[in-house]
Amino acid sequence: MMVRGPKGHAGLGGGTDLPVLLPAAERLQRRSERERLLGAPRLRLRGRDLAWLCLMLICFTGYAEAQAAAAGREPISIALLRWVPLLFQGFVFNIVISVLSMALGTVLGVVLGLMQISLLPPIRFSSWFVTQFFRNAPWLVLLFYCIFLLPFEIRAFGMRIPFPDWIKAIIGLSLPVMANVSEIVRGAVRSIPSGQWEAAESLAFNRNQTIWKIILPQCVKRMLPPWMNLYAILTMATVLASIVGVSEVMTLARRVLAAEVRNDLLIPLYGMILVWFFVYCYPIARLTQWLERRYAVKL
Amino acid sequence: MSAAWSESDPIVDIRDVHKSFGPVQVLAGVSLSMPMRSTACIIGPSGSGKSTLLRCINALVPIEKGSIKVRGIEVNDPKVDILNLRRRVGMVFQQYNLFPHKTALQNVMMAPITVLKQDRAEVEERARRLLRKVRLEGKEDAYPGELSGGQQQRVAIARSLAMSPEVMLFDEVTAALDPETVKEVLITIRELAEEGMTCLLVTHEMGFAREVADHIYFTDRGLIVEHGPPKEFFSNPRDPRTREFLGQIL
Repeated sequence: MMVRGPKGHAGLGGGTDLPVLLPAAERLQRRSERERLLGAPRLRLRGRDLAWLCLMLICFTGYAEAQAAAAGREPISIALLRWVPLLFQGFVFNIVISVLSMALGTVLGVVLGLMQISLLPPIRFSSWFVTQFFRNAPWLVLLFYCIFLLPFEIRAFGMRIPFPDWIKAIIGLSLPVMANVSEIVRGAVRSIPSGQWEAAESLAFNRNQTIWKIILPQCVKRMLPPWMNLYAILTMATVLASIVGVSEVMTLARRVLAAEVRNDLLIPLYGMILVWFFVYCYPIARLTQWLERRYAVKL
Repeated sequence: MSAAWSESDPIVDIRDVHKSFGPVQVLAGVSLSMPMRSTACIIGPSGSGKSTLLRCINALVPIEKGSIKVRGIEVNDPKVDILNLRRRVGMVFQQYNLFPHKTALQNVMMAPITVLKQDRAEVEERARRLLRKVRLEGKEDAYPGELSGGQQQRVAIARSLAMSPEVMLFDEVTAALDPETVKEVLITIRELAEEGMTCLLVTHEMGFAREVADHIYFTDRGLIVEHGPPKEFFSNPRDPRTREFLGQIL
């Protein structure tokens, strides 16, 4: 599918002859040209944002460092650095969990969302119920349910397929994602003007053809921002898996703290993890905002 | 396609059609018949059921009572092959309703390829010819958002024509356009009518109706109050409601 920007975005530079708009128009024009060359929006992480980040880090570690020096212990930064490789592996595991549950949840959610616009009342109603049920359930409770209800291995054809906790966690987290994606799909479909359905019908398209060729391609653009937003939320929720014992970054952090037996490591360590999540999720949030602005201009 | 239908019979034959939306009766026994290659205009105050009547003809809106036959096909028959009916009846809307994610050319090509499973190359050639016919040569690769209202409406006309319909329905197609672009759309419709396409228009363009129509129908409160050839209808309206309406408009 082609995703095209609104014509006003690119045309603003040359088009306006209002003197007040000229400098801004020129800037916007240059920016949109750059982004077109890149083929992707440029992240405008400003110096201010980075400064805040660094300040956070320095405050966390600096404070603890001062205390460590006073007590004559090994500097915090050295102790922290020793654990970075291990913790970072844990963080990557969080990302893997988030990507896989997002993928699973999206596939299930799209199916569920399409069932919600079915013409058959039983299908429509049951999918509506499932969507509402999982959308209004606490994520942690769903996670617990999956961890304790799913078997630890599956026996099929004489083989034992192990079913580790992290896979259960992926399934558990994908349930709320599924419900939210289902609502995103339903909302996007309903936001398409009824004239599109009428036009397709009058051209003898049947319902399936209308949905797949006319309606859904127009929905993709509208679904992208809320879908990415959901992904950022899910990524931050992956640390819930530590409660059920999956060795992701928070579980590892707890183990590190237990091994180090020093309390002054606690704040810098969790601070570092916070920063990692921020660095990963913030660009997604910015990109989402950018897409929302870009698509807000109607044709 | 009933075997009983021949070209001398009316291609659109509407008898005593009733339709309500909830408690509001929109059509209260409308009858109308169009011979092949004729052009008819439906005029009347807003809310008098004109658009609903058009939507009934290609089964976008189901009717409650009466009969609508297009080329001998009973639209209201539950067993009717809707695809077979709709490919014979083209419809153009007030709001154009082009598919915004497709270019002008793709908009025209889509239905014949998807619905009629026709050969892509052959459809593309015909689509280009149709866009030329509505004077949009060079706009094939433009997206609807890049076209003016009048251009979009002409793409919509070409899109309907691509299905090779036998009847064209126009639902206030110039109502959303600015005055300068109204003309280019009307010229396109007039050419179609002159080529022998059966056209049924709902319109507020009285001058145009007078010029192109073979027959004018005036509706009010779900009924056809008066109808006749344009000369007679406009110069000598008999019904007081028609006179009042024409007095307000002309």
